[in-house]
Amino acid sequence: MNIHEFQAKRLFAQFGIPVPRGKEIKSVRAAEKWVAALDTPVYVVKAQIHAGGRGKAGGVKLTKHREEVPKLAKELLGKTLVTHQTGPKGRKVRRLLIEEGADIAKELYLGLLVDRDSGRPTFVASTEGGMDIEEVAARTPEKVLKEAVDPAVGFQAHNGRNLAFGLGLPQIEPAVVSPFIAMLDNLYRLFLEKDASLVEINPLVITTEKTLLALDGKISLDDNGLFKHPDLQKLRDLHEEEPLEIEASQHNLNYVKLDGNIGCMVNGAGLAMATMDVIKLAGSEPANFLDVGGGATKETVAAGFRILLKDPHVKGIFINIFGGIVRCERIAHGVIEAAREVGITLPVVVRLQGTNAEEGRRLLLDSGLTVDVATDLWEAAQKIVQMTSAK
Amino acid sequence: MSILVNKATRVVVQGITGKEGSFHAMQCKAYGTQIVAGVTPGKAGQEVDGVPVFNTVQEAVKHTEATTSLIFVPPAFAADAILEAADAGIWLIVCITEGIPVNDMVQVKRALQSTPSRLIGPNCPGIITADECKIGIMPGFIHRKGRVGVISRSGTLTYEAVNQLTNLGLGETTCIGIGGDPIIGTGYIDLLQMFEEDPETEAVVLIGEIGGDAEERAAVFIKGNMTKPVIAFIAGITAPPGRRMGHAGAIITGGKGTAAEKMMALEAAGVRVVRNPAEIGVTVKSVLDG
Repeated sequence: MNIHEFQAKRLFAQFGIPVPRGKEIKSVRAAEKWVAALDTPVYVVKAQIHAGGRGKAGGVKLTKHREEVPKLAKELLGKTLVTHQTGPKGRKVRRLLIEEGADIAKELYLGLLVDRDSGRPTFVASTEGGMDIEEVAARTPEKVLKEAVDPAVGFQAHNGRNLAFGLGLPQIEPAVVSPFIAMLDNLYRLFLEKDASLVEINPLVITTEKTLLALDGKISLDDNGLFKHPDLQKLRDLHEEEPLEIEASQHNLNYVKLDGNIGCMVNGAGLAMATMDVIKLAGSEPANFLDVGGGATKETVAAGFRILLKDPHVKGIFINIFGGIVRCERIAHGVIEAAREVGITLPVVVRLQGTNAEEGRRLLLDSGLTVDVATDLWEAAQKIVQMTSAK
Repeated sequence: MSILVNKATRVVVQGITGKEGSFHAMQCKAYGTQIVAGVTPGKAGQEVDGVPVFNTVQEAVKHTEATTSLIFVPPAFAADAILEAADAGIWLIVCITEGIPVNDMVQVKRALQSTPSRLIGPNCPGIITADECKIGIMPGFIHRKGRVGVISRSGTLTYEAVNQLTNLGLGETTCIGIGGDPIIGTGYIDLLQMFEEDPETEAVVLIGEIGGDAEERAAVFIKGNMTKPVIAFIAGITAPPGRRMGHAGAIITGGKGTAAEKMMALEAAGVRVVRNPAEIGVTVKSVLDG
């Protein structure tokens, strides 16, 4: 789960990581009220959406004049921002972070995530702050430093020294070396205590007053760790999610909306991805990823149908089930009942394989529903692509 | 021959009195697996389908000489269950549980480094040696003893591949689901090495998916160490970046972990990469028939 910058900065502050004075603002009135109390040479107005690239898309405004702040707030609130991470539809701005500006002497990058291969929390740091770290890593890999922490003992001062000296901080600004190491320690604590999967400060700035300041902040939380944190669950912003994906999650279905026109319903995540791939190979594009799970009951299939049918781009449905412990004839019953209940008029191809597949296919053929039935994955994919392109 | 598990493997099921645990323990037993004990704290003295239940893994090991454990414990308690098994001297721990917090797994992975125990999973279907021993939730009947080893990050997609191998008369030696989480116990490389050394395995099917760089690392290993043919399928060529595709570990981040990259790395290592998941079996056949 992603959270907003203002929420991330609140967590930073709780863990002793210095952030600019700022406030979450949802209306022009609130903006007026807040800036009246905020005395700073530069005011920063930042759109709060769950996507990077806000600056380039015009979602971050600076001004030296206090009276301009409400105007900027009015401009941004309700505006749709299109960044390289939002997709062409963009994201509507519903809240702002209005904060004090900083006098920047130097911008750094600092991140913390779990390295999948070693299984250790690993800091990533660079003197090239304020830029896309992936680009820095691709262009100048020598400028990206990594430091893994041994989870058995936690963060140690030498981890901090390795990064501080590696970055050449004593040459850049000796006064921030100790605060930097302390900040790493705090960041590590935040990461563990909040079950984060990614914490990123970009840029982490050294100010002209020789202090450190987290000018931007991003935190992704581990969905699997959320059950431990009722306080963090409240930070979920449903506006930032696709409505169909919210509906799917309420039925414990794993759904990701895509841009094609063949809706797929599959049991198992790997097979669901492979099914999307095979649709593309057959010459069309999948409308979604949908994993109905190993259990695939009448209820989950019906919920899946409803979600697929709400996507206006869907021209046909491909159901691909590999019956293991779940028997195919039970799934066939589920499909039949769900199809009747929901009233399917689009072309549907059902491919059943595994336990009692033959019986399942016969049930579907005898059901009177206009569904096509298949055994072979490739044959089934070609069939649904043909049926939808003919329409 | 096979790898890791066979007829002689003695298994304790942690969480055996739960709905999932009892159902799958019975399924494994019916397949022929020696399920010798179960563990549920506070339920010692009970039996599940004739299998004695103990309070702790330690007691189960003491009374039954179990060497392998199969875990069906809910996510919040799974890390503890894995460490309990290791502590009791279990050498192979198979964890089916989906949804364990990453930071819990970070601690588990580190702790296991100082033990001789090996972990398979979590978030996996388990491990099966065809016609001998099933330790997991996969449908046993699709497997036939044969010539091909299978390693996969997925569940039903593995069944799909196994079914193709069986239908073509190739059969399998051992099939392992290594799990769909970002942090897993055993990766491709250790298992590839074991299959390379197993006299009955003639080829290996590697099923990967988007996210991380385990497939790229496996490619480097294959190039330098494998004499047996490896056939690979990578799921998610159509997956968008930045979105988690069901499995916690299946996500393209910062442009890294794409299916295209993995396919390229594997192909460069001499692996036959199958584009169409319906053609995994026939490709293995054509490689083996040479």
